[in-house]
Amino acid sequence: MVRQIVFAVTLLITLGVFAFTINRLVSYFRFTKAGFPVRDFGKRFRVMLEVAIGQTKIFRHPVMGFFHALVFWGFCVIIFGSIEMVIDGLTGAERSLKVLGWFHDFIMASGDIFALLVAISILIFLFRRLFVHVKRFEGIEMKKKSHQDANLALSMILLLMISLLGMNAAYVQMQTAAGETVYGVYPVGAFFSALFAGLSPQGLHVAHEVFWWAHILLIFAFANILPYSKHFHVFMSVPNTFLTRLEPLGKLTNMDDITREVRLMLDPETAFSAPASDAPVARFGVKDVEDVSWKNYFDSLACTECGRCTAVCPANTTGKMLSPRKIFMDLRARMKEKGPGLVKNGREFSDNRSLLRDYISEAELWACTTCNACAQECPVNINHPTLIVDMRRYLVMEESSAPGGLKTMFSNIENNGAPWQYSPEDRLLWAENLEMKVL
Amino acid sequence: MESKIIAVPVMADLFARGEKPEFLFWVGCAGAYDDRYRKVTRAFTRILTHLNISYAVLGKEETCTGDPARRAGNEMLYQMQALQIIETLTRYEVKKIITICPHCFNIFKNEYPDLGGHYEVTNYVQFLDQYIENGSLKVDDTLFGNTRITYHDPCYLGRGNDIYAEPRSILKKLTRDFVELERNKSFSYCCGAGGAQMFKEAEEGKKEVFIERTEEVLRSRAGIVATACPFCMTMLTDGLKYKNSEEVKNLDIAELIVQVMDL
Repeated sequence: MVRQIVFAVTLLITLGVFAFTINRLVSYFRFTKAGFPVRDFGKRFRVMLEVAIGQTKIFRHPVMGFFHALVFWGFCVIIFGSIEMVIDGLTGAERSLKVLGWFHDFIMASGDIFALLVAISILIFLFRRLFVHVKRFEGIEMKKKSHQDANLALSMILLLMISLLGMNAAYVQMQTAAGETVYGVYPVGAFFSALFAGLSPQGLHVAHEVFWWAHILLIFAFANILPYSKHFHVFMSVPNTFLTRLEPLGKLTNMDDITREVRLMLDPETAFSAPASDAPVARFGVKDVEDVSWKNYFDSLACTECGRCTAVCPANTTGKMLSPRKIFMDLRARMKEKGPGLVKNGREFSDNRSLLRDYISEAELWACTTCNACAQECPVNINHPTLIVDMRRYLVMEESSAPGGLKTMFSNIENNGAPWQYSPEDRLLWAENLEMKVL
Repeated sequence: MESKIIAVPVMADLFARGEKPEFLFWVGCAGAYDDRYRKVTRAFTRILTHLNISYAVLGKEETCTGDPARRAGNEMLYQMQALQIIETLTRYEVKKIITICPHCFNIFKNEYPDLGGHYEVTNYVQFLDQYIENGSLKVDDTLFGNTRITYHDPCYLGRGNDIYAEPRSILKKLTRDFVELERNKSFSYCCGAGGAQMFKEAEEGKKEVFIERTEEVLRSRAGIVATACPFCMTMLTDGLKYKNSEEVKNLDIAELIVQVMDL
């Protein structure tokens, strides 16, 4: 009974802290702007199945992708075991999901095997991070904390798997030695159970308890560390793929405020018939966190800082300032900085800093070719170019700030309807003396 | 062999005569003004004429779609261009558009609908592939069979709109030695000109994007690098010049077809 109470209290603390963290993050969403409406659930579900469950984007790097997929699929299976542990912990039962019969055997065996595969994959990841120079793990945005985050998360997962395997091994040995039924099938656990062969029944019980508590407490701690680390993608990536922007990558979002203004300019008659908008005139484009859409912020929380976007960015790979990963890390960091002030003082709150310039420089924004290689590559379907263009929109339409060449291009389009300085009269010169053989 | 002069049909003239062409052929600014790219426009026009397609161009009424302005952040200018163009196209009752430039293609297909401009938009590469597949355009590998040809995916055809198969299907009929670049299809590497970079100095860095891509083209040891975008053509042609690799030719898919068919 004491054990159950201790467990229940621990669980409550875990859920409480988690709820506190999530509530704060959710409160920041209030200050973001409307994005696209979430419709087409069938299509979204398919994207989620492909990209998240099927790991299709991850497999664009087939070797490391394979190991990541093992970890992901492992988590999907092992979570059933974790749920069983929570039920056991609260009720005092042992292996309570055994009522599921063969399915329980199947799930336990899968979890047991995956635990080993995940552990091996994690060791490979740790080795890569610690001893192999992987270019995409570097970059100006990759501070010490990013690397610590990664190594901490990997170490915790490794310990989670070791404790799980230890628990299974001790369980198999404990039950077998006592002549009791082993509920579930544990191929890897059975293999390692020999390690506990020398222990007394009492010792086996203690060993099992120690691994059981170690595993569940690690899960509780991990769940509460995640939202503060880059490994938050464990929670955010699957929903982020569900919330993917479903339009072709080439498409930019229309600014309806501008459409209203341009229509008024082209046809002043409608100025009187159009209903006046009550909303205060919003800023054009993105300068700071309150200008981004909810999806931009969601993207920033789902980012794992894997750097696949930056590794394929033509600007970054030729030494320019832009790193698509940095744009989203900056957004998340800036929201963390400004969010509490916004919550406390409301939308008008200003700390005299902004996402633009204090985090993201103009040189970064003007280096983008909108080639969409970053968005194509992102394993969790973050869309970087739309945010970059939104920040350019602020620069151009609110500050009239743009590189000289672009300003010339704008005035050419305004004056002669082409980005270069050619006369509309010359539009058909290409068609002169166009000969063709008569067959 | 005799030759004839093609009189390119202009929408206003046709309309004055009470005629309505099936397609609007959107030439684009590069297609109309860029010396090099005019040759591509001329090549594609020969193909349209050969196929007896009912089409017309806007001619002097054509104006920039607003794509470079939009990608440079000038949404106001983009929408002014777009709304005017939509008005023109409505006046001429345009329903189907063919474009050469992938940027014009993308904006008509994906972005004008938000402003009320709904058209059936075809890129010329899709169009060419369709007419080769149905047998109307007869191409073979007699001219380029032994020439190694590679293809550079324009971002706004490839990743932007998932058009990967058509250009490859065409090129593989022209040569027995088609090779992919190291980074191809959805992994393709930008030429460096998109997102309005064409009109500005490159930001400070270690290398130019087009040089990086040109080096990849040279590593493929292709004799011809085929492109399907005016910006890509400018960048790769410059890159090849910069690398003194004039033996490698940068040609548009339409030009290759015209050469093969001797139009």
